[in-house]
Amino acid sequence: MPHDQTTDIAILGGGLAGLAAGIGLAAHGLDVTVIDRGEPGDQTLESFDGRSSAIAYASCNLLKAIGVWEHLEGRHQPIREIRVSDGPSLMHLHFDHRDLGAGPLGEMVENRHMRLALHARAKELPNLRHLAPASVTEIERDAVAARLTLADGNTITAWLLLGIDGRASQARRDAGITVTEWGYDQVGIVCSIEHELPHGGVAHERFLPSGPFAILPLTGNRSSLVWTEKQHLADTVMGLSPRAFEAEVQRRCGDFLGKVKVIGGRWCYPLTLQFADRYTDTRLALVGDAAHGIHPIAGQGLNMGLRDVAALIEVIVEAARAGLDIGSGAVLDRYARWREFDNVTLMGVTDVLNRLFSNDIAPVRIARDLGLAVVDRIPPLKNFFMAHARGTVGTLPKLLSGDRL
Amino acid sequence: MSKKMSTENNSGSKQATTGRMAEGVTVNEDEVAFFARIADQWWDENGPFRPLHLLNPTRLAYIRAAINAHTGTSETSLKPFEGIRILDIGCGGGLLSEPLCRLGASVTGVDASERNIEVAKIHATRMGLTIDYRNTTAEALAEAGEQFDVVVNMEVVEHVADVPAYLAACRALVKPGGLMLMSTLNRTARSFIFAIVGAEYVLRWLPIGAHDWNKFLTPRELADALKTAGFTPEAPTGFVFNPLTGNWKLSDRDVAVNYAMGAVAA
Ligand SMILES: Cc1cc2nc3c(=O)[nH]c(=O)nc-3n(C[C@H](O)[C@H](O)[C@H](O)COP(=O)(O)OP(=O)(O)OC[C@H]3O[C@@H](n4cnc5c(N)ncnc54)[C@H](O)[C@@H]3O)c2cc1C
Repeated sequence: MPHDQTTDIAILGGGLAGLAAGIGLAAHGLDVTVIDRGEPGDQTLESFDGRSSAIAYASCNLLKAIGVWEHLEGRHQPIREIRVSDGPSLMHLHFDHRDLGAGPLGEMVENRHMRLALHARAKELPNLRHLAPASVTEIERDAVAARLTLADGNTITAWLLLGIDGRASQARRDAGITVTEWGYDQVGIVCSIEHELPHGGVAHERFLPSGPFAILPLTGNRSSLVWTEKQHLADTVMGLSPRAFEAEVQRRCGDFLGKVKVIGGRWCYPLTLQFADRYTDTRLALVGDAAHGIHPIAGQGLNMGLRDVAALIEVIVEAARAGLDIGSGAVLDRYARWREFDNVTLMGVTDVLNRLFSNDIAPVRIARDLGLAVVDRIPPLKNFFMAHARGTVGTLPKLLSGDRL
Repeated sequence: MSKKMSTENNSGSKQATTGRMAEGVTVNEDEVAFFARIADQWWDENGPFRPLHLLNPTRLAYIRAAINAHTGTSETSLKPFEGIRILDIGCGGGLLSEPLCRLGASVTGVDASERNIEVAKIHATRMGLTIDYRNTTAEALAEAGEQFDVVVNMEVVEHVADVPAYLAACRALVKPGGLMLMSTLNRTARSFIFAIVGAEYVLRWLPIGAHDWNKFLTPRELADALKTAGFTPEAPTGFVFNPLTGNWKLSDRDVAVNYAMGAVAA
């Protein structure tokens, strides 16, 4: 017997950003239903997602404020320093958290640990329902509400629908919101390594001719690698024998970590940049990768999603506390105005960085070497980049500043 | 949305009046459609009432904080006003009544315009809210002996011919120890300029001619009138408009144009 369930907010997509949004809204008293097509058990297996994410300092504030961080006890590695270097050149950029006051620049967390923490926190909130696996066959939105029909025939009526269903967002497509997209002819190859020597909480970003190569510290003597490679070499690299692959990794890491050993699998993700031409529509807001996918060079994809989440929670909770209709145009406009500008700026910066660093033409090399050296010597510029890394640029939502709503 | 409306007399009813009309009025389907269209206008954030929609979050922030402070209720709860009976005078299409109802209050909205009340009822039904809307006046309600914990009286007093008589009626509507919240326009050079040239935000919000600047009350005059009527007035709070951003904010200091004042019934 199909039944109609009502909720304040329906969220399509229970990935990292979707669950964080659901938790944050439910923690502030709203009734939330999260729908994800994946099997929750599978999504926390190591084979599902081998990535780790650099969680900017500001994003950590959000996760603390909504009660997720405490479920990550012992599973996060602070990033104390970021060293950016340009291939074999000696010029480098060095960001140290001591330059910017207290606290680490960010924290490294394995995606599957993040998912486990989000699931655990979600279970603590009686006003959050997590329907998974479940899928939506029809979306209707009008002046009053959004209504979803699920594959099992049940319906969900909400004041607002949040599309947090990733790059290929069904909510976005259904609303006819187009995306602007371009590929980089690059892939991101991701794996974890174990190494002889401690990393000391230092993250390294090297600009190799094929694209950026990042070594990000995990708990213990482990690091996460994001190896950007030209598209046409992807198959070759992914097809290497474990031994040959490990040798390539060692060569790229250099020897400052001693001998390295690849642990677990390797994953390959195509790198594209895309952004939705609008973030909102009647009773709909797009959040996270559904609104913008970014080149992972700056490690900011999830952080941008969490900034969306923090802004959205602030806007919605403020409206709900005033008794206003949380799905009204005024609420959605405020969210869109707040986030669109910020995201476009960051995507622009990231795109330029990648173009600048993903080639080996001599004049460009010299220019960027000088550039890095100059940035390193001029504190205001450096602070600007560091503030970006920490996620503290722009009008910060309260939850990112460590405040409560 | 309800299609059928009865002609039931609703005066004195305390419960939801969705689908009911003020005394003795028969409604046909054409009129329902007519009111539904105006309801769409009232609630269209980019429509003729846009200035009011822009002001609304700020007014509500003020109202919420004032009622929280007076009743000692939670500042963060989403239903802080459960068990509180609120009267919204001059409720229009329900821009304040609906939010107060969502916050848990039991709300009565009154408006002298029958059209507004019809519009408000249609919209509340659509949104699934139960609000006691009545096409009547504050004076008539006071005469009937109704009393409320809180009376919300926003942008009304500047339209009133006999302020002392009106405030006396309001006093009768507030339970002893209860709260009344008023907002209005100050009589200053700045409010004069705004009233004359502030097209977007004053003139379109209120029909031209509805405001007679000479009749605006200064905070001091309003406080005195409230005292005479048997209230203890509180310090005024300004609603300040930023013409560049189109946003409003609350201010303790700037009460030169729009301001609000709370008053406790002695
Ligand atoms: C190689 C690589 C490295 C990265 N490194 C970093 C990093 O270090 N730091 C960082 O901040 N970011 C990083 N990112 C980006 C980051 O992973 C993403 O931005 C982030 O995961 C986006 O979260 P999301 O919840 O918006 O989308 P997703 O993680 O894509 O989640 C979408 C969810 O929606 C569900 N879903 C999708 N469609 C439907 C549907 N139709 N119905 C129901 N459910 C649906 C999916 O099952 C999934 O659970 C990296 C990305 C790549 C590719």
